[in-house]
Amino acid sequence: MPNYRIHKTEYIDETKRISFKFDGKTYFGYEGDTLASALLANGIHLVGRSFKYHRPRGIVSCGAEEPNAICQIGSKKDLTEPNVRATELELYEGLQASSQNCWPNVKFDIGGINNFISPLIPAGFYYKTFMWPKSFWKKVYEPLIRLSAGLGKSPTEPDPDIYDHKYVHYDVLVIGGGVSGIIAAKMAAKNNLKTLLVDDKKILGGSTIYQNNESIKIDDKLSSEWLKIEIQEIKKLSNLTIKTRTSIAAYHGYNFLLAKENLTDHLPEEKKKNKIRQRLWKIRAKKVVIATGSIERPLVFNNNDRPGILLSNSINKYLDYYGVTCGENIILFTNNDSAYETSISLHKKGIMNTIVDIRKSASSELIKQAESLGIKIYFNHVVTNTFGYRKINSLEIMKLSEDGNTTVGNKIRLSCDCLGMSGGWTPMVHMHTQSGGKLDFRDEDQVFLPRENSEDQISVGSCNGDFDLENIIDKTVNKINKFLDIDNQDYQDTNIISSKENDKRNIWLLPNKIPLGKTKCFIDFQNDSTAKDIKLALKEGFRSIEHVKRYTTTGMATDQGKLSNMHALGIIADTAGVKMGTLGTTTFRPPFTPLTFGTLVGRNVGKFFEVVRKTSMHEWHVENNAEFENVGQWKRPWYYAKNGENMHDAVQRESKAARDSAGILDASTLGKIDIQGTDASEFLNRVYTNAWSKLAIGKCRYGLMLNEDGMVYDDGVTTRISENHYLMTTTTGGAANVLSKLEDYLQTEWPELDVYLTSVTDHYSTASICGPNSKKILNKLFPNLDLSDENFPHMSFKEDKLENINCRIMRISFTGELSYEINIESKYGHSLWKKCIEAGKEFNLTPYGTETMHLLRAEKGFIIVGQDTDGTMTPSDLQMDWIVSKKKYDFIGKRSLYRSDTIREDRKQLVGLLTDDPKEILEEGAQIVSNVKSKPIDMLGHVTSSYFSPNLNKSIALAVVRNGKTMKGQKLIIPMENKNINVTVSDTIFLDKENKRLNA
Amino acid sequence: MFLINCPFCGERDQSEFSSGGEAHIVRPKQPTELSDDEWAEYLFMRKNIKGIQFERWNHVHGCRKWFNVVRDTSNDKILSVYKMGEKPPVNYK
Repeated sequence: MPNYRIHKTEYIDETKRISFKFDGKTYFGYEGDTLASALLANGIHLVGRSFKYHRPRGIVSCGAEEPNAICQIGSKKDLTEPNVRATELELYEGLQASSQNCWPNVKFDIGGINNFISPLIPAGFYYKTFMWPKSFWKKVYEPLIRLSAGLGKSPTEPDPDIYDHKYVHYDVLVIGGGVSGIIAAKMAAKNNLKTLLVDDKKILGGSTIYQNNESIKIDDKLSSEWLKIEIQEIKKLSNLTIKTRTSIAAYHGYNFLLAKENLTDHLPEEKKKNKIRQRLWKIRAKKVVIATGSIERPLVFNNNDRPGILLSNSINKYLDYYGVTCGENIILFTNNDSAYETSISLHKKGIMNTIVDIRKSASSELIKQAESLGIKIYFNHVVTNTFGYRKINSLEIMKLSEDGNTTVGNKIRLSCDCLGMSGGWTPMVHMHTQSGGKLDFRDEDQVFLPRENSEDQISVGSCNGDFDLENIIDKTVNKINKFLDIDNQDYQDTNIISSKENDKRNIWLLPNKIPLGKTKCFIDFQNDSTAKDIKLALKEGFRSIEHVKRYTTTGMATDQGKLSNMHALGIIADTAGVKMGTLGTTTFRPPFTPLTFGTLVGRNVGKFFEVVRKTSMHEWHVENNAEFENVGQWKRPWYYAKNGENMHDAVQRESKAARDSAGILDASTLGKIDIQGTDASEFLNRVYTNAWSKLAIGKCRYGLMLNEDGMVYDDGVTTRISENHYLMTTTTGGAANVLSKLEDYLQTEWPELDVYLTSVTDHYSTASICGPNSKKILNKLFPNLDLSDENFPHMSFKEDKLENINCRIMRISFTGELSYEINIESKYGHSLWKKCIEAGKEFNLTPYGTETMHLLRAEKGFIIVGQDTDGTMTPSDLQMDWIVSKKKYDFIGKRSLYRSDTIREDRKQLVGLLTDDPKEILEEGAQIVSNVKSKPIDMLGHVTSSYFSPNLNKSIALAVVRNGKTMKGQKLIIPMENKNINVTVSDTIFLDKENKRLNA
Repeated sequence: MFLINCPFCGERDQSEFSSGGEAHIVRPKQPTELSDDEWAEYLFMRKNIKGIQFERWNHVHGCRKWFNVVRDTSNDKILSVYKMGEKPPVNYK
């Protein structure tokens, strides 16, 4: 097995050998390796296939910007993870990784045929091809696209890992632990500011930590040695918290940031167990220092995507940090000085290398150093093509013309096993722009830079466009002193020697003799978009960068175009003849690198996913086989499955019992608002459509509440308990909103009213007993209470004691039966319920759930707000004009009831529907028409409630139908998938129109 | 995620608040006197400007008080907060 690890470094512990599997084969690496460095040490460059053309792809970088080396980790159904960047994943014993987007394997991939038919699949291919024939979309195109789409495989079982959230507050947050971040953190912390320093890597130090070039020195030490001392120092600072393996995912307004801390991803499986895997930090910082550095740019030339082609600086890091060389005969292709540092490092380790530089000439210290070492440099040359299928084996270079627009002279073929590219540097301005910051373009080296615009955040170091060490340190110190309003002198005497010259010759798309249409000059490696695609998009008329991006999918892969966006912009600017500064950038959106859903939800999974509200009777319902329905956050009994019966049978039994003898419902979830104050009656007058002033003490009244637009908002019964004291009930789902709305009016529109509102929903539990025998049951529970119709009529209220405990009893009915609601303090709710059940035994008192409640009220034509209404129904639409006071001068929504739109006669109105076949039950939501032959079919309305009534022995339904009020007796049709159902419009009240049962 | 300085409780996270749209839209005292157009103006029309906007906010998961906020919608900076019934600060127009 080849070994490309050629020297020892302090970051690799060769005493700790680690075995891991890649694509099923076992390899070895060491502690300190990433998956990428370990693969390279084993001579493996080819790690995946590209998304569209399935071209072989290799490791390109050594960090978060990696577009190619994204792997599937693990194979377990619950723990496997796709799209993990091998350049960031720390190696651990037993790691299993595999390449993605290839079948049957990475070396021989069937999808590779796409590479050869690539002229047939240009940008916008999907939009252009799958348009017709229309009928092909659902059955042919979509399944095919779905089959071939996507990178990697999602886990198919719930994630067993534990994730955590943490909220923190700091005076200063420093993002990035490179040289400028370390200086900033030290200055802040030494000035008594509570400081947090985060870095996504395992150790601090950025790219300076492995810098060993003799021409870059600080205080007469190698810059890396100097930085190590600084790091030792800041670790001693008591008010500085350092979090490594922690990356900022999002920078929101008001300095609110989300950071992901990796806690166990670098540990072997047995050590991961029962530990928190990742923690999401929710950070509020008074000030934020952004020191996120910069990333190297690739160059755009023909076949620039072969395995073995990396960023030049990454080759340097693999060598000096991991001790791994990416090849034995390396060519560095550059437009600036950075590649010379790599070249000198390689030379020092005895690795043969050659430089191809597109600049005409240059003469900085670094270049002189390289020249004196005898490194071959081709100035004014450009790489025009590369060769080698699974790995680069040679390339062609040509001389550039004077203006740089074309190539001249003969091709020179150079053999190599690795190519390093250096197109200059792109400052990482993601954090700055996410926070709302704007960018300015610097023409000199073609970079977008943060525009300082806030007192609360600042960018320092190379993310601010400062690239040489002297500049970085001086500027960082000055800026931080000013930003934090301090006067730190620690670095005043620091003596820095660095190469300041860095001429650059920027050509976004390098010239080539081959026509562009026949080249593969990749811009976005992960989404396989090329320079040709960008030009095609422009030719087809796309101008906005946001449109070109979406049409070509450039920058839309999991790496979000960290390596590709600048080139796309550059080529658009060049082609369209506009300045890059005017063109602008696409939006930088969070997250910076992908987050798992686990991290985002933290502990809020399973039973912690949402708050569950249970009534005090809940346990009884569970013991008695209740199936539950979620109503808002409440768990309400839906039906009680006695002896294993299904819902239909349970509802038929429950609703029959309620009408024939007695039923009991847990009504505790209804919203309850206690209203007190001398203006309580006036307040109710203003919020309900009907009049309240004359309601006698001890009486109850049903009220309808509208929005200011005249549409029904909520309903419920309100009881006058004493002169200035009411108890309002609301729908279960509307309770919180009704309270908010009432508070809003009281505080903002009518602050002069003396009214106090208190939510008492949770304070009282309610058992509602209905049916002809309910009075007898009440009599057993409250033997001293006079239940006669004279003393306790319908819509009235009494207080009595149940074994010394106060109860509020309302005689009100939502079923049309004689009915009582008993309210008791919630702690006694369970006991009340059991006593009711006990007292009701001899009368077959049957507990019923929400489904039966819905059926019983539908038989009576009572609406449910939110089921029979949808925010577009006025009282008149509901045929409830009787509840709208004509006398009251004003109430919420009154004026809207005679707007031209609300008085239209052809509004949708509530009606009853009876099916011609009484056994046929309509589907709620089904459309209603009068004629199925006309095209398009005129939709008249829809079914809102539908049930089979055992008491009437037929199917009944409520519906909203255009002009429904005038249609009684008319035949309509409900067209369903397989048949048309014939119905007749009826009254909304199906049972007991005379309300005899209320006093039965 | 804003930090909002509730005039009753002090600075709190945005997640404790709910927004109530444009401020200083007074409910007409005599709605019945208004034409459809005038009523629609009150009911539906909102400025929704880019720049300095007067808004209503409710400390719904706190003291439940409504109050007014002056916010620059172009950068989300909250420039001032004041209680219901108080006059809007004059230096923002």
